[in-house]
Amino acid sequence: MTASTADAVPLHNRLTIEKPWQRWLIRLGVFVAMVILCVPGLWVALTAFRPNVEVLARPTVWIPQQPTLDNFLKIFGLLPKQQEGLPVLLYFTNSLVISITSTVIAILIGMMGGYAFARYRFRGKATLFLGFMLSRSVPGVALSLPLFILWSRVGLIDTPLGLIIVYLAINIPFTIWLTDGFFRQIPVDLGEAAQIDGCTRWQAFWKVEFPLARSGLASAAIFAFLTSWNEYALASQLTRTTASKTLPVGLMDFTAQFTVDWTGMCAMAVLIIIPALVLTFIVQKHLIAGLTFGGVKG
Amino acid sequence: MTFFKSPRAVPYLLLLPALMVILAVVLLPLVVSLYSSFTGYVLTRPATLFQFVGLRNYQRLWSNADFWWAFLRTLIFITVALNLEMLLGLGLALLVNQITFGQRAIRTVMMFPMMFSPILVGFLFKYLLNDSIGFVNNALYSLGIITTPIPWLVDGTLANLSIIFAEIWMSTSVFAILLLAGVMAMPKEPIEAAKVDGCNSWQVFRHITLPFLMPFIYIAMTIRSLDVARAYDMIRIMTNGGPAGRTEMLWTLMTRVGYQNSQMGLANAMGYVSIILSIVFTFYFYRKLTAARAFMGGAQ
Repeated sequence: MTASTADAVPLHNRLTIEKPWQRWLIRLGVFVAMVILCVPGLWVALTAFRPNVEVLARPTVWIPQQPTLDNFLKIFGLLPKQQEGLPVLLYFTNSLVISITSTVIAILIGMMGGYAFARYRFRGKATLFLGFMLSRSVPGVALSLPLFILWSRVGLIDTPLGLIIVYLAINIPFTIWLTDGFFRQIPVDLGEAAQIDGCTRWQAFWKVEFPLARSGLASAAIFAFLTSWNEYALASQLTRTTASKTLPVGLMDFTAQFTVDWTGMCAMAVLIIIPALVLTFIVQKHLIAGLTFGGVKG
Repeated sequence: MTFFKSPRAVPYLLLLPALMVILAVVLLPLVVSLYSSFTGYVLTRPATLFQFVGLRNYQRLWSNADFWWAFLRTLIFITVALNLEMLLGLGLALLVNQITFGQRAIRTVMMFPMMFSPILVGFLFKYLLNDSIGFVNNALYSLGIITTPIPWLVDGTLANLSIIFAEIWMSTSVFAILLLAGVMAMPKEPIEAAKVDGCNSWQVFRHITLPFLMPFIYIAMTIRSLDVARAYDMIRIMTNGGPAGRTEMLWTLMTRVGYQNSQMGLANAMGYVSIILSIVFTFYFYRKLTAARAFMGGAQ
């Protein structure tokens, strides 16, 4: 199996389907599945661009009749005569700062770990690797209870730093898993050749192995970013005010406070979805290759 | 100190930062959590953190009907959701593999739910399943299938089904995408040989395709086992355990006991049950995965 298994589509690999009606049945099945996957997101996106009266209208208005950007202006508090604004901009910046910082650090630390697992033999290697995976499987909710106790003693409650540190721990194990897989794909000989040519191991890493692993590292980074961007269970307990609340916590607050403002909530949902959509386009190819390669070839 | 300068220390030094983070953010809290599960810690009275009560929290859980219901519901939820996700994911992977046109676009669409925040998925379905203005009831009404709205998230049974549906919607892609990668990597020759030898489609699937896909199923299961508790976010926004505790899972019950009733000791005892559940689950599939790897000859 090669790294390109995920996107190569070898024609000879298909089981032959002889009858046309079978072919159409398969297409129908896939079509239905795609509709189910697309409709929820599309419906929320449509709602984000319509006035609230259309949401409540009877009979149902399927296509927005008066498309508007007011909902987005509203959640950012930019409408002219607005009484109550949401600090969405603050949530947005918090989310961005926390996700980006923790991603960058997690990639650096995780890359070191992944490299160690891919290139060295050492005592306790398998146990350590398993340990990292198991640490990742501790449910965020369960971890939030003791972290809440600890963080409030050391003053990390309701600070971006507190969340950044927590997200490091969530992202590092998965980054190790992914980068381990990516580094394994790079032949050991390449780095050794560079060392024979006079590079130190350090130089060999940065000049030869790192550039080759770059696309893999990029997808690990995107994955880490999305994990932090999307996280709710820990953020909801470790944040208190706009000083550190993130978008998912904000969305939850929104649904609890303004139970009828569906259009506003949908606009906020769209705001959270956009990075996921953009990054999915970028990451899709590498991610699948990384997960399966790292996993199967060990 | 000489050890740290020897080449043998290099991998350990490389792993040191990662270990320190895990130590501080996961292991230390787990120790605190374990300790506090043996105390009568109440959040509003800090002194109670040092009030040792032995196994009393665990005894209270043992005899608490709410806890057992939540525990049972969580187990059923995980089992049903994961099995359906795997079957649907396998089905979808096999179907998409037959599609020649636009397969890349289909794969991209399949990835979206996986990338969405669980809280967002919860919101999508909370909105879609709203009984008065939701898309589902509106559609059913317009098609003339129903005359009175269906209380998707208000009725206990329906709410549980809705949550399972949302969970499946969110995570089937993990299986579909990884299994599709597996199906595509599969060599064609054994299948042709089996067909020549007179195997029918089912036999080919059962004895060739499925065994080949097993490692991929284990990868998907391992990845899923890492974040089954993500369902908490979704449930939190969809029903928050309601109506009347009918969708209460371990995760929602734990936060209710810990933060709303401030009974941190009891909540941490419950937390430990959920942690052990998740760890056993990950451990099991990780072991299966390493065994499958060794079998495929790819191990170190």
